[in-house]
Amino acid sequence: MARYHVLHVTRYDYGNLVSLSQQMLHLMPRACPWQRCLDFHLALDPAPAWRRRGEDAFGNPVEWLAFHQPHDSLHVRAEMWVDVLPHRPARLDLGPDRDALAARLAYRNAAPAAADLAAKRFLFESPHVRIKHELAAYAADCFVPGESVRASARRLMEKIHAEFEFDPEATTVATPVLEVLRNKRGVCQDFAHLMIACLRAQGIPARYMSGYLLTEPPPGQPRLVGADASHAWVSVYAPAGAGEDWVDFDPTNNLLPDTEHITLAWGRDFSDVSPLRGVILGGGAHRPHVAVTVTPLVE
Amino acid sequence: MARTLLAIYPRAGHRYDEMLDAAGRVREHWRKLFIHLDSVTPETMRQRLDFVDRCIQENGITYNIYADSRGQDRPWALDPLPLILPAAEWRDLARAVAQRARLLNAILADLYGPQTLLAEGLLPPALVYGQHGFLWPCLGCRPVGGVFLHHYAVDLARSPDGRWWAIADRTQAPSGAGYALENRLIVSRVFPELFRDMQVQHLAVFFRELQESLAHWAPTDPGEQPCIVLLTPGPYNETYFEHAYLARYLGYPLVEGQDLTVRGDTVYLKTLTGLKRVHAILRRQDDDYCDPLELRGDSALGIPGLLLAVRAGRVVVANALGSGLLGSGALMGFLPAIAERLLGEALAMPSVATWWCGEKPALDFVLAHLDDLVIKPAYPTQRFEPVFGRDLAGAARAEMIRRIEARPHAYVAQELVQLSQAPTWSRDHERRLLARSVGLRLYAVATPTGYQVMPGGLSRVSSSAQALVISMQRGGASKDTWVLADGPVDTFSLLKPVLSSRDLRRSGHNLSSRVVENLFWFGRYTERCDATARLLRAVLARYIEADGQARPELNALVALCVQAGIVAPGRHPGAPEDGAGIAVATRLLDAIFAAEADNSLAAAIRRLLWSASQVRERLAVDHWHALNRLQRSLTPARERQGELGAALALLDEVLLLSAALIGFAMDNMTRDDGWRFLVVGRRIERLAFLARTLGAALAAYAAEASPGLEWLLELSDSSITYRARYSRAPELLPVLDLVVFDETHPHSVGFQVQALLRYLERLERELGDMGAAQLAPEAAALAGFDLGLFEQAPQQAAVQLGACLSRLAAASHALSDRLAMRYFTHVDVVTHQTLAI
Repeated sequence: MARYHVLHVTRYDYGNLVSLSQQMLHLMPRACPWQRCLDFHLALDPAPAWRRRGEDAFGNPVEWLAFHQPHDSLHVRAEMWVDVLPHRPARLDLGPDRDALAARLAYRNAAPAAADLAAKRFLFESPHVRIKHELAAYAADCFVPGESVRASARRLMEKIHAEFEFDPEATTVATPVLEVLRNKRGVCQDFAHLMIACLRAQGIPARYMSGYLLTEPPPGQPRLVGADASHAWVSVYAPAGAGEDWVDFDPTNNLLPDTEHITLAWGRDFSDVSPLRGVILGGGAHRPHVAVTVTPLVE
Repeated sequence: MARTLLAIYPRAGHRYDEMLDAAGRVREHWRKLFIHLDSVTPETMRQRLDFVDRCIQENGITYNIYADSRGQDRPWALDPLPLILPAAEWRDLARAVAQRARLLNAILADLYGPQTLLAEGLLPPALVYGQHGFLWPCLGCRPVGGVFLHHYAVDLARSPDGRWWAIADRTQAPSGAGYALENRLIVSRVFPELFRDMQVQHLAVFFRELQESLAHWAPTDPGEQPCIVLLTPGPYNETYFEHAYLARYLGYPLVEGQDLTVRGDTVYLKTLTGLKRVHAILRRQDDDYCDPLELRGDSALGIPGLLLAVRAGRVVVANALGSGLLGSGALMGFLPAIAERLLGEALAMPSVATWWCGEKPALDFVLAHLDDLVIKPAYPTQRFEPVFGRDLAGAARAEMIRRIEARPHAYVAQELVQLSQAPTWSRDHERRLLARSVGLRLYAVATPTGYQVMPGGLSRVSSSAQALVISMQRGGASKDTWVLADGPVDTFSLLKPVLSSRDLRRSGHNLSSRVVENLFWFGRYTERCDATARLLRAVLARYIEADGQARPELNALVALCVQAGIVAPGRHPGAPEDGAGIAVATRLLDAIFAAEADNSLAAAIRRLLWSASQVRERLAVDHWHALNRLQRSLTPARERQGELGAALALLDEVLLLSAALIGFAMDNMTRDDGWRFLVVGRRIERLAFLARTLGAALAAYAAEASPGLEWLLELSDSSITYRARYSRAPELLPVLDLVVFDETHPHSVGFQVQALLRYLERLERELGDMGAAQLAPEAAALAGFDLGLFEQAPQQAAVQLGACLSRLAAASHALSDRLAMRYFTHVDVVTHQTLAI
C-alpha cells in the first residue's frame, strides 16, 4: 500500500473583473476498490456564494460552486490524503481476444450481462474522442488474432510511447486526436485520448482516467515541489473471468499503473472529468496557474 | 357554368387521394369545399390568393433559410385550400398520436432513469450511449411531474391503403405549431362561411392546454405567480418568426439565453427592475446548447447552471433537456416491443419500416435493397439530407456503401413512402386544381390528465406532383388542416380572452434588459437614419443644383459632412478639399449606399433593422411595413444606382419612412419603461446630432467659412416654422434662436434637452438615478447663454456657443454610456468557458 498527500492548487488571475462565475469541480478522489480517501480539504478564495456536492453520471464526486460578487482572481486549493492498494493484474495473457470481446458486446436483442452493458458507456464517440478509420488503422497491427485484449492493449501502449514525443507546447485541450496522430506529439491527455480512440475504433470499451502521478525524482535530487501536474491515463475493459474487469494503461510512461497513480475521476474523456470547468461573465484574458504536489507519506 | 374542376384534376393512380375515393367521387368530408370551389369565379379565387399573399407579407410571416442567397427571410408559402380530416378518422388518429407521445415520454423517463430498456435488451445501447443527443449530465434528473416531453410533433404520411404512418418524431423543440395557427387565421378568413358550416375544430384549446399545463407544473413557491418564458436561440434561427409569434400569442416573454441567469439553483430573468424568478422555460433552443457549464461548453447561447436548477426541481424546462435523443429514426423499429413492455399496449400507429444499420442483419438487408430505400442519419445531430438509394450510381454508390460500412450505427434506411396527394389551387392557371404530395405534422401537449392532440396541424405539400420529399426549403408550401367536429365546436380563442378584473394589467411587466437595450438602440438608430438622410439630402440637392459649378456653400457643407465622418475625405489625404468634380458624387453615393462604411446611411439602416429584429415581438405590423420598405429602398435597380436624382428620391423615401416609424412609436406603443427608453434613445441621438452639427457650423462661422444658414433650417426641419415667423431670408440670430433655444420647437436643441430631462425624471421615480443630474448643468449653461453677445462680438459669441454645444453633445454621449452601464444586458460582455487541468 502507498499513502500520499496531494496538494492541487489552481489560481486564475483575470484581466478584468468577473461579475459572475460558476464552477464545476472534479477534484475529490473517487473511492474505488484499490483506493481510499482518508481526508479532503477544499479552500476557496473568494468564498463562494453558493455550493453543492453531488455525484456525476459516472459516479465521480463533484462539487458545484457559484460566485456572485465581482472578483479579479480565483484561488482553489484542494488537499487530500489517499491510500492506494496494488491492483495491477498479474497476467496479461488472460481474457478474450478482440474479436471474441466484440462478439460478446454486440447487440443481440436480449438482455446483456450487466458488466458488459456498463462497459458500453465507454465504447462510443465522445466530445474529445472521434472514432475515425485512421485510428483503427493505426492500431490494427497491435491486435493479433488469438491474443488477449490485455496483451494487445499493452502493444498499443508501447507503440504510442515509442512513436510519440512528449511536448507540452504542441497541443491544447482542444487539439483533435487526428492532429495528435499526424504530428506524433502531445501531452498525457492527448496520448490517453489517442489510445482510447484507437481502442474504441477496434470495438473495445476504454475510459479516460484523471488523477495524479508521483514523478520519481532523479537519484540524489530533492523532489521538485509544484513540478508535478495532474495526469491522465487509460482504463481498458478486458475482463478475464476473475478479478477486476478493467486494466489501467499509462501510454505517457509506458507502464501499467499500480500504486503510483492516484485516481480522481473517470469518464468517457477529459470533457467529463476536467478538474475545474467553469463559465465566467467578464474576465478578459486569463490563464490558470496550476501546481500539483504529490508527497509519499509511507515509503 | 364552366366545366367541373375534376375534368382536369390528375387521378392518383396507385396513390391515395385525400379528396377523391377509389371510384373518383369526391369524398363526403370534402364535398362542401369542392362544390364551393367548383362554383366560385376565377376572379374571386384570384382575390383570395392576393388576400393570402397580403396577409403573409403584412404579418411578416417568414421562414429563414440559411443557404438562401436572396436574403435571410423568405415569405411563408400557403395554399388556401385546407387538408380536411373527418371526425371519425380524427378520433383514431388523435388517440394514436397521444399514445405515441406517452410512449416516448416513458422511454425518456427510463433512459434518463433506470435504463431497464437497455438492461433487458429492448434497445441497443449504441442508440443511447452512442448518440450525442444523450446528455449524460441529465442522467438521473427526474423533471417536475415526471414529464420530459411537454410538446411533441410527429410527421405522418398516408399510404395507398389509407393508413397513416409515422415517418419522423420531433421531440427536441417541435416547430410549426405557430405556423399552423397563423395558417388558420388566414384560411378561416378566406373561407369564413365554409369554416363555420363545416364545423371545423378550433386550435386555441390546444394552446390553452399548453399554458395551463406549464402553469400547473411550474414549481412556484407559496404566493408566487408562475413566470413562464419562451427561450429562443435568436433571430438567426430558421423559425424565429414563430418564436416571436408564439411568445406574443401565449403571453410569454421572448428571451434569449443571456436574458436568464442562474443564482444558486434558481433561474431568473434579468429585468429593468432587477432579477425576477422564472418557473418554466418553453424551450426552442436545442438542449445541448442550454447550459455551457455542463453541456456543450463552446457556445455562448446557453444559461450556465441551468441543469442545477433542473436537478433541484426549481424550474420546468419544456421539453426536458435530453429529449432530443428520441428524434432518431433508428428507434422506430424497436417501438412496438417497447410499447408492450412499458405501456402493456400494442402500438396503435405503425412507423414506416426502418432499419438501423448498427444491427448486422439489418445492415445486410439495407445493402442488398439499397434501390428501394432512403438513407438517413441515425442521429438528429448529424445533418445530411436523405439520400435515395436508387439515385446512387457508380462511385457515389460505392462511397455511400463504404461510409455506411465504416460507421453502420450512424445510418438508418427507410422504406420509400408513397405519399398521398391533395388538391392545391394553381397560381399559374385561371382555374385549376393541382395534385400534390402531402404530409401532415401533428402536435401533442402533455397535460395533467394525459396528452392532448391539437385538432389540426401543419400540412405540407410538395412543389411538384411526383416529389418524394416535402420540404419548405425546396419550394414546398403549407396548408391549413381542418379537423371536422361531429358536435358543437369549442370556439374558445386566446386572441380575445375574457379577463376578469384582477387580470387587468396596465404596464408591461417582465421587461427584460435586453429588450430595453434594443428598444433604446431602435430609438437611436431611427433618429440616426433620419439625421443622416437629412444631412445628405441637403448636400446632394446643392450638388445637383450646382451642376458642376463651384459653390462655396457646397464646399463648406461637404467639409462638414467629412468632419462628421459621414462622407469620406477626398482621395488625396492632405490635399485641399475640393467641392466639385466627380469624386464628390462618388463619395456622396457611397455615404448613402456603402453598407461597409461605418457612418453611411446604409449602415445606419442595417443597424436599425438589426435592433428591430431583436424586439420583433414588441413591434406592430405597421412597423414592419416601414422597416421592410426601408430595407428594399437600399437596393435600387442596378441601372439606377449611379443616378443622383434617384439617390435624392431615395433620401426622401427614407425620411418619410423614419417619420412613419417615429409616428408609430408615439402612437401605437404602450407607454411602459421600454417605450420610455426608446424615446430617451431618440432624444439622445437627436440632441447629439444637433449639438455636434451646430457646433461645427458655428466654428465655421467664426472662421468665416460659413456654408450659409438655409441648410441649418433644412437639417432641423425648421424651414417652415422660420418662414412663418419671419418671412424673410434666414439670418443668424433668429435661426439660432429657433434651432438652439426655442423649447417649443420640437427640432431645437432646447426641446431635446427638456424632453430628455422630463423622461429621465419619470424613469428615475421607478428605477433610481438615471443621470439627469449630470445633464442638467450643461442644459442650464445653454439656457443661460446670452444671444445678445452676437450683436457685440459675433465671432467670439460663435466660439462660446459652439463650445457650449460641444459640451452638451459630450454630455449626451456620456448619458448614453451611463444608461448602458447600468440597465442593459451588455451583449458585448462575453461569457467564457474556463478549463483547468
